[in-house]
Amino acid sequence: MQLVLEKRAERSRTVALISPLIAIGLTIVTMTILFAVMGKNPILALYVYFIAPLADGYSLQEIAVKATPLVMIAIGLSLCYLANAWNIGAEGQFLMGAVAGSWIAVKTQGTEAGHWVLPAMLLLGAIAGALYALIPAICKVRFGASEILTSLMLVYVADLLLDYLVRGPWRDPQGFNFPTTAEFDPVATVPTLIEAGRLHLGSILALIVVAAGAVLLGKTIKGFEIRVVGAAPRAARFGGFNANQLILLTFAISGALSGLAGIIEVAGPVGHLQPGISPGYGFTAIIVAFLGRLNPVGILIAGLFLALTFIGGEQAQIAMKIPLDVTKVFQGVLLFYVLACDSLILYRFRIISSAPQVARGTH
Amino acid sequence: MKRNLLAAAAALLLAGGVTSSAVAADTLKVGFIYLGPVGDLGWTYQHELARQAVVKEFGDKIETTFLENVPEGPDAERAVEQLVRAGNKLIFTTSFGYMDPTLKVAKKYPNVHFEHCSGYKRDKNMSTYSARWYQGRYIQGEIAAKMSKAGVLGYIGSFPIPEVVSGINATMIGAQTVNPNIKVKIIWVNSWFDPGKEADAAKALLDQGADIIMQHTDSPAAMQIAGERGKLAFGQDSEMIKFGPKAQLTSILDTWAPYYIERVKAELDGTWKSGDTWGGLETKMFEMAPYTNMPDDVKKTAEDTQAAIAAGKLHPFKCPVVAQDGKDVECKGGDHLADDQILGMNFYVKGIDDKLPGK
Repeated sequence: MQLVLEKRAERSRTVALISPLIAIGLTIVTMTILFAVMGKNPILALYVYFIAPLADGYSLQEIAVKATPLVMIAIGLSLCYLANAWNIGAEGQFLMGAVAGSWIAVKTQGTEAGHWVLPAMLLLGAIAGALYALIPAICKVRFGASEILTSLMLVYVADLLLDYLVRGPWRDPQGFNFPTTAEFDPVATVPTLIEAGRLHLGSILALIVVAAGAVLLGKTIKGFEIRVVGAAPRAARFGGFNANQLILLTFAISGALSGLAGIIEVAGPVGHLQPGISPGYGFTAIIVAFLGRLNPVGILIAGLFLALTFIGGEQAQIAMKIPLDVTKVFQGVLLFYVLACDSLILYRFRIISSAPQVARGTH
Repeated sequence: MKRNLLAAAAALLLAGGVTSSAVAADTLKVGFIYLGPVGDLGWTYQHELARQAVVKEFGDKIETTFLENVPEGPDAERAVEQLVRAGNKLIFTTSFGYMDPTLKVAKKYPNVHFEHCSGYKRDKNMSTYSARWYQGRYIQGEIAAKMSKAGVLGYIGSFPIPEVVSGINATMIGAQTVNPNIKVKIIWVNSWFDPGKEADAAKALLDQGADIIMQHTDSPAAMQIAGERGKLAFGQDSEMIKFGPKAQLTSILDTWAPYYIERVKAELDGTWKSGDTWGGLETKMFEMAPYTNMPDDVKKTAEDTQAAIAAGKLHPFKCPVVAQDGKDVECKGGDHLADDQILGMNFYVKGIDDKLPGK
């Protein structure tokens, strides 16, 4: 008897729907065993991870704050990936957006500048992100350079530029030479939505981005082109779609959204420019994009879910003294199962009894 | 069956109280935020040792919690606030980059006390604390100048912030008391903890003729390289002798335990007050690892210098301090530089043949 993985004739819609649930189920089983082995109460641990953060307003806000940049970046990345353009450098575009937007905040600091400051910062952040993303896109289109490598390497360039600026020209004069700009003025700060909370306008923008992404992909010809170029390049060529133009377009959109997320993060939760403004958002967003199956609504759910595991992981550290490494294992196990279960959409298990084979062998 | 399910659900809801904890109400909850993993063998590890010392000292009277690997970005504020919301009344945030997040949370929760390591912003309920490591650097400079045959020191810097710059200057001033022509070569690795880069920097410095390695980064990588090459080195943050038994001369040890115990005690007694503590050898805010791999006379000099600094008889930044351009630095602290001048130090002293980044 033999267990084989066999390609399905077409995608299974049922499995596509239930596979995330199977993945979560398997994750829960695995983690239950792990918690039990560690001598922690598994039910309590899962409760602290998954349910407790959803049960109070503060944690819900924090989940939204954490998910905002992830979702915003991942929507842009999904467009790239659907069009078969591999933007790995969202982190760099995020930083560039943060730097460019901060320039206005730094230059207007302590002046009478009015309420145009924040919109200008957001706009400039998005433009800078888009331009920065266009560098690898143009290199790809013009010279055939691998956009995976160039976009990734530009992350470090952006990182060092930010580093230079906050240690040099933009350093807070009252800051004992520490590498940070002064706190931004109120007109250069993203307003919060709830008194004393951290939920900010950026979360609303992220929702708008999700909606726009859904409309673009579902209702427009451009969206159709993006999907066709990625899924069936030959068909796209016959259809007269310009693949190069789509690479430039998706990179620009993706860069703009990453840049916007960057300046929102700096002008929002952080409040000033400093090194380390991103705990790897640009890279985590790649996971979010795939976890959400490159679908805008899926990405929203995936972003919120990943944020939930971060917040839940922190609360588990506090409430149950479960080490941070377990949270990482938890996220890793989840990803593993999601990807493993996704293969069941295109493949299925079949048990082949060994008897007929033996029979064939004797012929 | 259904009733059982309901009971289980109720139990779960009750268990929701875990975040507010099941410990007795009069137990003081103390929280810690760490930059690295507790096993980094450097900066975070030393804070963790101090936390354990606090637990040992107060036992059941307190309950401690730590969050490790908290990045100094947008996540920090949430981490601090999570500790507050879990009922911690005294919270130590142990890296410079937590300064603004800690301040924000402190303003929101006036009844919780905060202790921030190595920053300069304070509030009614937020203290700062740090150590005068430059004192130790002065001693190391003296030892290095005595031990170096080449007269060239190799210095691995993390970031050109005042603490690191004052360390380089103190090293140089100490070394110049022994050898006025001592040279120092500096490599910035732009990281606090990057064993690969630190090892490369150590190799490059040795290749350039330095025969003593000093570091202001946290891993023992440079110590290992020095050991392999048969050269000498100084540790950082923690005891690194096991990484270079024949290489380590001494190490600056971050010993936070006495301070943490003092502050927790104050909190328990209800006498906690906001303030700024910048202690040195005199209060054992840091200590020197045993002086090893050096002749007795060098050891004796080091011990004498250490005693003189601890007794307040010797100040590493005794005036006149001569800057790189040959001009005397304004002496704002009587016969030595004022604390503010050291805390914001942004110049090299004379004899350093290098340019301060960003100047």
